[in-house]
Amino acid sequence: MAQDNQSPELFGQTPWQTVGPFFHYGLPWKGGADLIGSSDLGARPELAPDANYLLNEPAERGPIAGQPIEIVGQVFDAAGAPVPDALIEIWQANAAGRYNGPGDPREALALDVDFAGFGRSATGEDGGFRFRTILPGRAPGPGDSLQAAHIAVGVFGRGLIKRLVTRLYLEGEDGHDEDPILALVAPERRATLIAAKVLDAPATYRFDIHLQGEHETVFFDC
Amino acid sequence: MTDGFEYNREDAGQPSSLHPAYSSTVARSPRQPLVRIPQTLTETTGPADWSVLMGGLMADLTRQHAGEAQGQRIIVCGRVLDEAHRPVPNTVIEIWQANAAGRYIHRKDQWDAPLDPNFTGAGRVITDAEGHYRYVTVRPGAYPWGNHHNAWRPSHIHLSLLGPAFATRLITQMYFPDDPLVAIDPIAGAVPQPYRQRMVSRFDLATTEPNWALGYLFDIVLRGPSATPMEA
Ligand SMILES: [Fe+3]
Repeated sequence: MAQDNQSPELFGQTPWQTVGPFFHYGLPWKGGADLIGSSDLGARPELAPDANYLLNEPAERGPIAGQPIEIVGQVFDAAGAPVPDALIEIWQANAAGRYNGPGDPREALALDVDFAGFGRSATGEDGGFRFRTILPGRAPGPGDSLQAAHIAVGVFGRGLIKRLVTRLYLEGEDGHDEDPILALVAPERRATLIAAKVLDAPATYRFDIHLQGEHETVFFDC
Repeated sequence: MTDGFEYNREDAGQPSSLHPAYSSTVARSPRQPLVRIPQTLTETTGPADWSVLMGGLMADLTRQHAGEAQGQRIIVCGRVLDEAHRPVPNTVIEIWQANAAGRYIHRKDQWDAPLDPNFTGAGRVITDAEGHYRYVTVRPGAYPWGNHHNAWRPSHIHLSLLGPAFATRLITQMYFPDDPLVAIDPIAGAVPQPYRQRMVSRFDLATTEPNWALGYLFDIVLRGPSATPMEA
């Protein structure tokens, strides 16, 4: 019999494959990019007939502790062209610095049941995305270190064989100088990880993602 | 998890982001080396309740509309496991695929094959306590794409899994054991042999149901807890 992942001698991690160009009716649900409200941010429902829209719809949720923020950005390729068929995922702690999932043992910290901390957005024709969330609290790092407020970011898309992982830090927040992960990044490249405050737009930060080129974003092996 | 807990890193079977035979990787893959970081709570945690995010179960893709979907009905089942063969329970598998003619419901799919009014091609299942999952669909058709002259994607089902943590995220494609296109496909070919075979399902007569549907087995393996936690 041919070897496959049911064969003990080949068994191991299932390899990554691209999402391809046609994921929009399968992955990004309405409201996936709104972690605190009930808007339909994040989906591209116009890319499939209404009768075939089977993904989730936004639900009402209770108030969520913390400072609301918006993250806006665009994904660019090597030539600086926007990437209209990318998908962005985010994962973050709540305002108390606690992650809403198994694996965070710090049960003394407050948990917001209505704040999942996970979001997903397709990019638009301009490569753009927008998330509504709250400013994450600081979480511990290795040893006695304390991480600065940050959001984990996964980038998927046509032409991306596997997820690219980066991190979003926020301009003006405390602790960038002592953050154990930023410390591993060459100083001249750290700016690619710092979302900049948008002038005239309160609590809005811009985080562009350059897959390649002069301003290439720092991506992590984690 | 305790300080120093990590999931295993990628193994030798994982593809590189740059695979020039799949031409759109050339301008969309980084040129700088990845920066290796320790896994923190950020990477070793993941969303608790997938159902509030994505929605409920959709385990039969052939019965989402007024009539039955066209094509070869199939049952796909298997287990989601970690690298130590431990089951991964209560994890969501998101599913999307082309119809039996190889056409996606997506508005940007220009392939001149018929749409099926009774088939969307989106599904969602959850693993049980032993990591088992099962869904019913139709075998997707092959379809042409513009990567190179006479390029055809093998029949494949797109699959997305969260697993227990940010670090265990996986998106893959499941292929079929009798498909000659797998060997010449640049996307499957981004995975070196023999590891490419990990993405190929196995025909299974025990899963096949008489007078109803062919059965395929497909075990999905996620990164598991590292056996030797790093001290910080
Ligand atoms: Fe496909």
